[in-house]
Amino acid sequence: MTGFLTRLLGRLPIGWLQLVHNPARLAAAIAGVAFANILVFMQLGFLGALIESVKLPYDVMNADFFVSASDMNTLSDGSPIPRQRMFEALSVPGVAAATPVFLAKLEWKQQDGTLRTLDIFGVDPSARAFNSDDINNSLEGITLLDHAIIDRKSRNVSKDIFTRIEAGTPLVFESRGRTLNVYDTFEIGGGFIADGYIIVSDQTFLRLFPQRTSGAPNYIFVTLEENANREETMQRLHERLPAYDTSVYTVAQAVARDQNFQTTQKPVGLIFGFGIIMGIMVGIIIVYQVLSTDVADQLREYATCKAIGYPQKFFLGIVFEEAFLLAIFGFIPGVLISLGLYGLVANVTGLPLVMPFSRPAIVLVGTIVMCGLSGAIATRRLAKANPADLF
Amino acid sequence: MDWTSRKPDEELDIDYSIVVKDLDHFYGQGEARIQVLFDINISIERGKLTILRGASGSGKTTLLTLVGCLRRVEEGSVNLLGTELNNANEDALVFSRRRLGFIFQAHNLHESLTAIQNVRMGLEVHGKEATKNWQVAAEHLLTLVGLKDRLHYLPGTLSGGQKQRVAVARALVGNPDVVFADEPTAALDSESGLQVVTMLKQLGKERGTTTLMVTHDDRILNLADRIITIDEGRIIADVVPQN
Repeated sequence: MTGFLTRLLGRLPIGWLQLVHNPARLAAAIAGVAFANILVFMQLGFLGALIESVKLPYDVMNADFFVSASDMNTLSDGSPIPRQRMFEALSVPGVAAATPVFLAKLEWKQQDGTLRTLDIFGVDPSARAFNSDDINNSLEGITLLDHAIIDRKSRNVSKDIFTRIEAGTPLVFESRGRTLNVYDTFEIGGGFIADGYIIVSDQTFLRLFPQRTSGAPNYIFVTLEENANREETMQRLHERLPAYDTSVYTVAQAVARDQNFQTTQKPVGLIFGFGIIMGIMVGIIIVYQVLSTDVADQLREYATCKAIGYPQKFFLGIVFEEAFLLAIFGFIPGVLISLGLYGLVANVTGLPLVMPFSRPAIVLVGTIVMCGLSGAIATRRLAKANPADLF
Repeated sequence: MDWTSRKPDEELDIDYSIVVKDLDHFYGQGEARIQVLFDINISIERGKLTILRGASGSGKTTLLTLVGCLRRVEEGSVNLLGTELNNANEDALVFSRRRLGFIFQAHNLHESLTAIQNVRMGLEVHGKEATKNWQVAAEHLLTLVGLKDRLHYLPGTLSGGQKQRVAVARALVGNPDVVFADEPTAALDSESGLQVVTMLKQLGKERGTTTLMVTHDDRILNLADRIITIDEGRIIADVVPQN
């Protein structure tokens, strides 16, 4: 390594030699940088899982446009909208179909007494509200009252339950005073608020939630005629539907709006963002401590080098060399441990915690910048290396 | 050896490495400002070994740091190897230092570098070209100071005297024009001390290396070409061997 760095730098790798000269300090520094990396990776992972989990239910929606209440920020917080808007949408040239969709939270008390919260969709079984074959293939059965299909990726639910359902043994449970008969499964996955999803017919939905009326669904899914111009039809829908109570989005726009709200307005998103900053701060402080202690310990040697005629940039080079090496050495265990933790947390929570290829590269660059910043602060101590004091 | 007072500079026709004229120096600011050097006028001949003597606090170290570009000259003139140091900018000072060798009382070696790597530091400052044959040069110097079998030892595993000899090798490996030495023999036994000073004197003869040395070591006085004594910031004696 020393030989390699000597060839690379064209000089003795003093930073490297100083780091390995004190193995205990080096180990502590690497652990510190790795810890900061893990903090950042986990917060990015959670933030990514939040963003991804927001998108999951939208991915199965079969709609070109998504009509919601104008106060809708996330999928589950908009007010109901008048069903009349559906007929108004249908009157717009270019619109082929429109179907109302109901959404609410349903609590499911499992046999072991634990409570699961599911997002429940109420849809017209004859309308193709979903684009997933997984869902559509079993949707016909919900025509029967109190029949439902359930998300097999629902969090903290025994896999045996889904296996039995798929084998032909329905799951029967009571909720809101009615007995639901779950006869098949599909796949979406839980999010940060709901543990999973369940789909029933609009009629079953209205029986489960008698305070809701068929005249006030949560959303209207709009599909266009094959050759319709999307922009023009969107414009016509905006003109036709009153802006005071409805908004029209493409599904992509709705997803972006939801994700933006969840990450910038909701506490959970802000906490993850804050966590990333905390991780970076921890890293800066740890690396600064190591580098500034190192500079302080070597002050007489640096002063000697100044006396010999080494310029200031030589000392900056040593400090940045140390910072860079700490960034690399801390990053490697940091990313490996984080990968393990991603798998563990995803397994336990069911959240879509994945490591995209770009993330390690971004974190590595961030770590180098972070260590470089610490190095830059630590170099202020170099000013104290006065060669005149050596005599 | 008998010593006699040195003739004034104007009566000599000599090649000088250092010429100091009307040099005053002060420490502190305002009312706390005190003068530590008074009207110093000396010229140090090229290739000679000059010893600076004086009691602690007499100003000899201040003088050494001023002519060694380690402290800024405020009043008077110091000409080092043809460069005027008064009002010289930082780059000029750094460049001038590269023509010098420093041997400090404390060795100040990099604890994480081996003996030969520490010596290499004295070469790297001169650029890649100078470092080409660093191994040969560093080994040669360490052999000269009796450390041939300690090339790859870390300073922590060397004795005080061995460390000081590594520092001497580091100071000399770049072929300096002037060597500034502060008590270079303090950590050395009698034989090693004599060996180092003899080597400096030899360099003066062979390469024209000038040495300005602060020392209290009476054992090496006989090797000096000139002895300057300072007291309370003033030169009170300037003697050369009579023969």
